[in-house]
Formats: sequence, structure tokens, C-alpha cells
Amino acid sequence: MIVDVNVNLSRWPFRRLPCDEMPKLLEKLAASGVTQAWVGSFDGLFHKDIGGVNARLADECSRQRPGLLIPFGSVNPKLPDWQEDVRRVHEDYHMPGIRLHPNYHGYRLDDPVFGELCASAERRGLIVQLVLRMEDPRTQHPLMPVPDVAPEPLADLVAARPNLRLVLLNATRTLSGDVLDRLMAAGNVYCEIAMLEGVGGISNLLSIVPLDRVLFGSHFPFFHLEAAVLKLRESELTPQQTEAVSRKNAERLTTIPNPSFGSHSG
Amino acid sequence: MWTAVLVTNQPLNRELKLKMPFSDCKTSRREMLSRTGRAAAVAAVSSGLRPLWAEQPSSQAAEDAVWDMHGHLAGASGTPEQRISQFLKYADRMGIERLIVFMGYPFSTDPSPEEVRRQNDQVLQAVAHSGGRAFGFVYLNPKQTEESLRELDRCVRDGPMLGVKLWTALRCHEKALDPIVERAVELKAPILQHTWLKATGNLPGESTPDDLAELAARHPKAPFIAAHVGGDWERGIRSIRGTTNVTAEICGSDPTAGVVEMAVRELGAERVMYGSDFGGRSFASQLAKVYGADVPEAAKRLILGGNIRRMLGEILAAKAVKP
Repeated sequence: MIVDVNVNLSRWPFRRLPCDEMPKLLEKLAASGVTQAWVGSFDGLFHKDIGGVNARLADECSRQRPGLLIPFGSVNPKLPDWQEDVRRVHEDYHMPGIRLHPNYHGYRLDDPVFGELCASAERRGLIVQLVLRMEDPRTQHPLMPVPDVAPEPLADLVAARPNLRLVLLNATRTLSGDVLDRLMAAGNVYCEIAMLEGVGGISNLLSIVPLDRVLFGSHFPFFHLEAAVLKLRESELTPQQTEAVSRKNAERLTTIPNPSFGSHSG
Repeated sequence: MWTAVLVTNQPLNRELKLKMPFSDCKTSRREMLSRTGRAAAVAAVSSGLRPLWAEQPSSQAAEDAVWDMHGHLAGASGTPEQRISQFLKYADRMGIERLIVFMGYPFSTDPSPEEVRRQNDQVLQAVAHSGGRAFGFVYLNPKQTEESLRELDRCVRDGPMLGVKLWTALRCHEKALDPIVERAVELKAPILQHTWLKATGNLPGESTPDDLAELAARHPKAPFIAAHVGGDWERGIRSIRGTTNVTAEICGSDPTAGVVEMAVRELGAERVMYGSDFGGRSFASQLAKVYGADVPEAAKRLILGGNIRRMLGEILAAKAVKP
């Protein structure tokens, strides 16, 4: 069993993906042993009607086996009345968290509005998934360059919010060195393996990040799901390490009661 | 599915540890092929794919064996011998039989003749220690024509290397490359040229797939490999599409879904090659581009090794090396 914390529904804006339709996406998840996927929506990158994006996301997830697709709603704090989107995610759709794209929504992490958003999520017990990159900047559309999110302000923010649960997505090509060390020491911060590279990548990551902070993430369907699955094989992991990364750490992260886990989320 | 992974994973690991010590690589070729075939099968099973090499006889496994077209000694630690041993250990875990290696360490984008020679010596050391499982391509700086020709003779004509690696010293459409290409053709040595099309801007001497297509058109008898197929593969594949002596090599970029499907559709499976760009990249992420692609299994076999063996066939035969 695998819990994949980094999956997206709908369409990547710049290309059709082989598994961007629900039947193929579900087929690949099942074939790869993924029993639960935390899903956001590609629509959350550019759509301004975020309310519509999240309504569709909640609806699509509710149509699948309970507990299979766990929706994480998009919130763009640069849109008017973003607080209502957070309220709907939490109170109407009972989603366990939100997924943020600061680089696509035009703010930096030292923007006060990001602090307000994290505070709101912390109060409501929502997991915050912060996506540092969607695509290698070298391969982006020349008319649409989107630089990586600069993570430097995060450590101080996390340290000030001890109940915040922060999951960094697509972060392992961006985070390193002192910034990573400070961030992991600051609070409840997790990362996943979708963009992890280098031979024996998970083993290398576990030498600098505690085991209980590493999650399975694939960035599927933008990336091949097989890439993350095969990383579990490439590194020589103990059965306990494999279990922790592939499932248990994510399950523990969600032990705070939330009706979305294991039940219909719609 | 996951239960199967956990059950099959550990016995395989134990078997490899017990029977195939990577430090000396004394295991027979037949045994090694059989085991790497099984490792690949388990890797494929773990990813939910139908295994390509499951429980096949070793002769069949040899035909279908995975060869990695693109790797470096950087990304590991220690001597060249220690580095290749580390990479072979991971290759075994991923069911990869052979590694093509070029360039030593540290990376140098515009190396002096002395540095070129030193780095090629590192690769020669690694290859000699690999038990026949690693092949070398000679790294050349095409700004240095005469030195490059001498190094080509030293490492390929008179040595065990099989091809040429060109990186970022000089854009490859320049006429300065012509004598090197002509000598490589005489030696039956394929030429692997780094290519990128970076939205953030290429290095001054960094070649694009268009540059390579221009060079390849001047040398229709030379087999070229477009390493990374431009990174921006949707453009890179188009750039080389009409130049049939250029093969797309898919390594060294994120495991973005769709690259192999487009390459097979536009070029044909015979013009697509797997490589990983280890140790900077993961074997896993790059293999996934092929294992996860929606293309026929016969195409996957060509991409994962068949095309490399065909391209290297003449020079391997000339050196009396059986693939």
C-alpha cells in the first residue's frame, strides 16, 4: 500500500498528459499499489474562479471509492475574499488541507498574506501543501517563466506556528543545506520524493532528513508514477524505512481527526 | 500489488548480496544476466508493469538486457574504481546490465588537453574495474582539434573506448568538429553530443538539437546521439526529426510523462535510446520514462538496450567484444 501525497487532477495547462483523464489515472494508481492519493487540481494554477476549481475537485473525489482520492483545495491569497475559499475547503468540503502555489499566484513567502493564510490553516487544523516547483524552469514555455518558490522565509514562519503541519511538494531540487536543516528543525515540516534525483536518492535524503518527515510523492500525472515507485527500489531501504516513506508517515500526519480520511469527502 | 513488492524485494536483495559481491564482480556473465533480468522483472512488477524479462532464459535476457547510454563518474565518492563499483551496485538493483560512462571529475565545461586526458584516464580506470560491465566514450574538447584526434586514437583506436562524448565547450554546428567526426566515422565510433534548449538560456558553447541536426546533415554516415534530446523534448524531437542519423536519448531531465510516446511517434522506436545521466540523476526516474510509457513492449526493448547494441555493434565486433 502506498499513500501518494502529490497527485493532480484535470489538465496541465501546456500539454496533454497520458494519464490526465480519470479512468487512466485511477488505473495507473491501482496498478502501482497506490491506495490513497492526495490530489490537488492543475486548474488551481491559473484559474481565478478558485471556488469552481475546488467544487469540481471535491465532486470528482467524492465519486471514487471512499478514501482513495483525498482532495486538497487550492487557495490563492491574492484573490479577493480568499478567506471564503479556506472556509469552504474546511467546512463545506471537509478537505484535510490546502495546496498552495505561491510562484503561480504571485507572492513570496515573506508576504504578510502568506503568514495570514498559514495562521488560518493552523487554526482550522488544515494541512498546508506548499508546492515549490511544478516544472523545471529550463523547460517552461518561453512566454510563461515561473521561477521556483524561494523557501528561505519558511523556517521562521514555521517556528512561530507550532501546530502548523507543512508538506513541501516538489522541493528536493530546491531545498538544501542550511535552509533545509533549519526548516526541518523548526517544526512539523515534511517533504516528498517526486523530484528527488541522484543515484540512491532516498538513502541520501534520509541522511539529512529524519525518516518520519519523508513521504511518498510522485507528481503524477505530470511525472511518471513509476519514477517514485522505482526510487523505493533503487535505495537499499529496510522494510521499516520503506513502510514509513510509502505509507506510515502520511497516515500519521493525518491522525488529527478529519472526516475526509476514510470516508466520502464531498 | 504492494504486498508482492515487499515479498519479492527482500529475497532478491539477499540473493544479490550473497551471490554477487559487487566489489569483485567475479560472477559469471550468464549468472549476472539471469539475475539482472530478474531484478528488472521485479522492478517492473513493483511499478505495476508487466515485466519484460521475467524468468526468461539467459540468452533471451541478453537480447533484452538494459544498457544505460549515459553516465558519469561524478555523483559518487572515492577513486574511479570505487565509484564504478557504487554505480554498478545500484545498476544491479535496477536490473541494468551495462553502463556507458564518460567524463571524469570534477566536471569541466572547457577542459585543457591535459584535463581531458586526465578525465579520460579516470574513465579508463573505472572501465577496467567493471568486470566488462562498463564501456567508455572518450571526452573531447572540439576547440582542440589536433589534441582531440590524438586522444580519439589513444582511447578508441588503441584503447577500449567505443564512442565520443562532446559537451559544452563549443557549439557542435561549428566546422571545427568536422575532422573529429570524420575520424570517429573511420573508427566506427558513435558521437554523443549534449544538447539543451533552456528557457533560462544556454551556456555560450552549449549545443541545441538544431546545431546537432546541422552537423549530422554534413556527415550522413556518422551515427549521432542527441543527449537529453534538448531537455525541452517537444522542440528537440522536432529539431532532429528530419535528420535520420540522429538518435534521441532521453536522459537527464525530469521524468515528465509523454517524452517516449512522442519520440516513438515522431522518430520511430529505432531512433530512441534510454540513458540516465547517473550519478546526477536517478536510475529510477529515468527508467520510468520508458517503463511508464504507453508504447509497445517491443519498442521498450529497443529503447532500453537494443538500439545501443545495434549502434555499437560494429565497433564492438572490431574490438572482439561480444555484446
